[in-house]
Amino acid sequence: MLTQVFWAFATVLIGVGGCVGYFYASNLLLDRLFPASASNDAHAIRNLKIQSSVRPWLFLGPALVLLCVYLVYPVIETLILSFQDKTGSRFVGFDNYAWAAKDTQFRTSIFNNFLWLLVVPAACTFLGLVIAVLTDRIWWGSIARSLIFLPLAISFVGASVIWKFVYDFRGEGQEQIGILNAVVEWFGFSPQVWIALPFWNNFFLMMILIWIQTGFATVILGAALRGVPEDTIEAAVIDGAGPFKIFWRIMVPQIMTTIVVVWTTITVLVLKVFDIVLTMTNGQWDTQVLANLMFDWMFRGGGDFGRGAAIAIVIMLAVLPIMIWNIRQANAERGGGH
Amino acid sequence: MANIKLSNLNKSYGAVHILKDVNLDIKSGEFIVFVGPSGCGKSTLLRSICGLEAISSGTLEIDGAVVNEVPPSKRGIAMVFQSYALYPHMSVYENISFALENQGLDRASIKQKVEKVAEMLQLTPYLTRLPKALSGGQRQRVAIGRAIVRGAKVFLFDEPLSNLDAALRVQTRMEIAKLKRAMPDTTMVYVTHDQVEAMTLADRIVVLQAGRVEQVGTPMELYEKPGNVFVAGFIGSPKMNFVTGDPAERAGCKTLGIRPEHLEVSASSLADGIPGVVEYTEILGSDSFVYVATDYGMITARENGRTAISKGQKVWLKPVSGYVHRFDGNGKRLDTP
Amino acid sequence: MWQRIRLEPSRFFLHLAVLLIVAAWTLPTAGLLVSSLRDKDLIATSGWWTALTTTERSEQARMKPPADQVQKDGHSEISGNLFEGTDHAGQISAFGTRVQNPAEFSAGATAQLQDGRSLTVNSDGSYVYTSPTAFTGDRGQRVFFVTSVPPKFTTDNYRTVLFSEGIGRSFINSLTVTIPATIIPILIAAFAAYALAWMKLPARGFIIAVIVGLLVVPLQMSLIPLLKIYNATGFLSKTYLGIWLAHTGFGLPFAIYLLRSYIAGLPKDLIESAQVDGANDFKIFMRIILPLSFPALASFAIFQFLWVWNDLLVAIVFLGSGNDQLVLTGRLNALLGSRGGNWEILTASAFVTIIVPLVVFFSLQRYFVRGLLAGSVKGG
Repeated sequence: MLTQVFWAFATVLIGVGGCVGYFYASNLLLDRLFPASASNDAHAIRNLKIQSSVRPWLFLGPALVLLCVYLVYPVIETLILSFQDKTGSRFVGFDNYAWAAKDTQFRTSIFNNFLWLLVVPAACTFLGLVIAVLTDRIWWGSIARSLIFLPLAISFVGASVIWKFVYDFRGEGQEQIGILNAVVEWFGFSPQVWIALPFWNNFFLMMILIWIQTGFATVILGAALRGVPEDTIEAAVIDGAGPFKIFWRIMVPQIMTTIVVVWTTITVLVLKVFDIVLTMTNGQWDTQVLANLMFDWMFRGGGDFGRGAAIAIVIMLAVLPIMIWNIRQANAERGGGH
Repeated sequence: MANIKLSNLNKSYGAVHILKDVNLDIKSGEFIVFVGPSGCGKSTLLRSICGLEAISSGTLEIDGAVVNEVPPSKRGIAMVFQSYALYPHMSVYENISFALENQGLDRASIKQKVEKVAEMLQLTPYLTRLPKALSGGQRQRVAIGRAIVRGAKVFLFDEPLSNLDAALRVQTRMEIAKLKRAMPDTTMVYVTHDQVEAMTLADRIVVLQAGRVEQVGTPMELYEKPGNVFVAGFIGSPKMNFVTGDPAERAGCKTLGIRPEHLEVSASSLADGIPGVVEYTEILGSDSFVYVATDYGMITARENGRTAISKGQKVWLKPVSGYVHRFDGNGKRLDTP
Repeated sequence: MWQRIRLEPSRFFLHLAVLLIVAAWTLPTAGLLVSSLRDKDLIATSGWWTALTTTERSEQARMKPPADQVQKDGHSEISGNLFEGTDHAGQISAFGTRVQNPAEFSAGATAQLQDGRSLTVNSDGSYVYTSPTAFTGDRGQRVFFVTSVPPKFTTDNYRTVLFSEGIGRSFINSLTVTIPATIIPILIAAFAAYALAWMKLPARGFIIAVIVGLLVVPLQMSLIPLLKIYNATGFLSKTYLGIWLAHTGFGLPFAIYLLRSYIAGLPKDLIESAQVDGANDFKIFMRIILPLSFPALASFAIFQFLWVWNDLLVAIVFLGSGNDQLVLTGRLNALLGSRGGNWEILTASAFVTIIVPLVVFFSLQRYFVRGLLAGSVKGG
């Protein structure tokens, strides 16, 4: 155990030290090669100019290399792979996509992903808005918000264990140890195997993501609500608007951009969701989603890179509109400043 | 000792021309103030001298050497920023010593220099404090101390008083004047939009408008002999009155400029006087402003003490002879015949 | 600002509503924590919400075989303790001899059975079984009884998972992955963010646009091509270096985006002042930017830490599933497969995996929230 800890510590030091070392050494080298305090002024000035044109790339270099290797190149490569066969050796045109269109698993995944996209962002945003409004008006609101926010720190796998325990099923007559079935029995109904219930089981999986993400929506929307200028609310009160009217007509429109941001952030997350399905059902009982299906084809039994890549491209296409919207927002924002 | 020479200096951001053909000769040890309305390019001009903005064309010389391409730290200048730009996470000592540290000086001489400057600016008790624990005036002094400690030949000030309240501003203004007297060899260039600062501090004032130098001269030159309508209107408070039409033609010019303090206001008819009706009066105690509606537009007159003239009264206005300014159709000054 | 609006039907209802929501959100985690501290038999037989109550449990045991009988006062007698040979003790509240009715007689009473036999079972488990004739057969008679088990908490489950289920090892692996995978991207992103915010750079706008675009790229896209590169290079495949770089690469767009918007918001005067003071960009970065960006760096650090610690996909793809490589999430996933029904192991393991994020989260919540706001409200 102690040697393990030692080696772990050494590895950490080497990794972090290497990174720090790069920045120090490269900048030191630049300063040495082109010293700013050269003998004569003209020389020093020329060196300073060289320094200031080289240095940005020393700063940016590692980031650009990593971004290219880990994101830009793979996106292009995946696109190419999706037009090739199993092992990536032969060009097969749109065969993989044609296969996907006919595959029942793929169709189930598309349908389920669609359900997830419909339910999860809406539920999180709505609950987040409601909880933000409610907790803003009680003295222990910040404690309540913290507790609701807490699942955000829990891994999907951890959350799956937690919820598997909630959904646990024991045959009728036995004592239920899953709280959901216990409650159901207490109300006089018979217990269910929740994660195997056709169609509805999707919602029980979604509940996990909603449980995790509602805190995120609450915090962001809560901050936005607090940013709504108070005088607009006071003006509405003077104009005789009721509380619900104030909420829907005055407050919600003013935080619309934030709502859109929360919605799209969760949408992107939903498209990538993988861990929950893998650990809860692994796609059984018609709960398959695209990300898990892709994983199946890439790394497990399937072993078909072409098909896996095609599914990845389908996920990518789904996030493309959000990506374009983001870039346009960022450009518009940068327009004024530097 | 350092003189600064700007020749045909131009600066543009893309299609926007900020500075247009600026020619200026700043003598060594001079206190020069750039004034002008906001957006006239005065800060850009200062930042170009500093090296924080690249010059699009023309040359900038400091001490006879062209420094267009020289980075700020090699120009022998120091700058006091509008916000003071004190490093918030460093103590006063570290703030002042940062530049020396970058020059590679040894610890002992850094310490000696910093302490000397601190003493000069009465900052010694605050050397270990962070900027946020200082008052506005103290921060301002730290910013000046940072400039002094480097022994720069040229000091650049970018509206250094605009963050202070009115009382402190007067006091600090006098301190800067004192500083200048204590450092007679240091050239100082000072940007402000406040003409009181310009008039009180400057050896010479440079009036800028829309990226052009309108006039360069001592404060009194600008007041007494403004070179054009713009300068005439910009220097002096309340603003100079401009009259066109009959009275101007009688004086042989296109536009006649009369300062409010050079107008005689009479309740009885005056020969060659401009008749009008008093719109309203402002009584400030030491003096009063009388706003008169005439056939040539609204004219402002300044009276000493408390005026006896009241609203609605018919009055005649007559300039004090020898104090009128005549301008041609292009707004240029015509010399008194 | 809300108090002035008469939106409230009643304060009570409001508090109740929030209380219910909070309860719904915390109960699942509470269940996990409580269960992980319970006795493993109890977890499997009763709900965790009963952990604080005394539970009744039906059990059965055999008495000693007839071979152990003794003669006493003209009777044959077998005596002993029903808990003999088992590790648990409890209070017997009732007993019986038929499975249909395990609580026929209360503890301490003497049951008159057929053939003149009688049986007494005391609450501590001791029994006396007498018969006018000799007992025959070679197995002892079965006795059914109801025990009441007092609430009992134990750390045994944790001891088990930490030392014999490999969770302890995985904990160290997780730390080895997470710490560098948090620090390296911070450094790289901070330098890049400074360059993109303040340095003269051709194509700056284009680079920023690309980074914003990469923010939403699903990392599933990258897996196959990266795996190919990794397998081709060898030294990256299944090594810590490989997974650090992977996490760094995936975390960079958000890191650069977050830090750039913060660093670009620092006062321009400060940086220019440092330039006039003769500091080069490296010095400005180290002495001015880095100390002043601490809040943003902390926000991102927490994000990245949680993301890496909680990640499963990248870990199982790039680090492999060998016993000495599994990180906590991977181990937990494996346990879900192999120990699906052993809740005492699952709950304790799950709690070990979430304890670190929870501590980080609660101690640094302020920075976390600030980072969320900066990263999202501004348009990410």
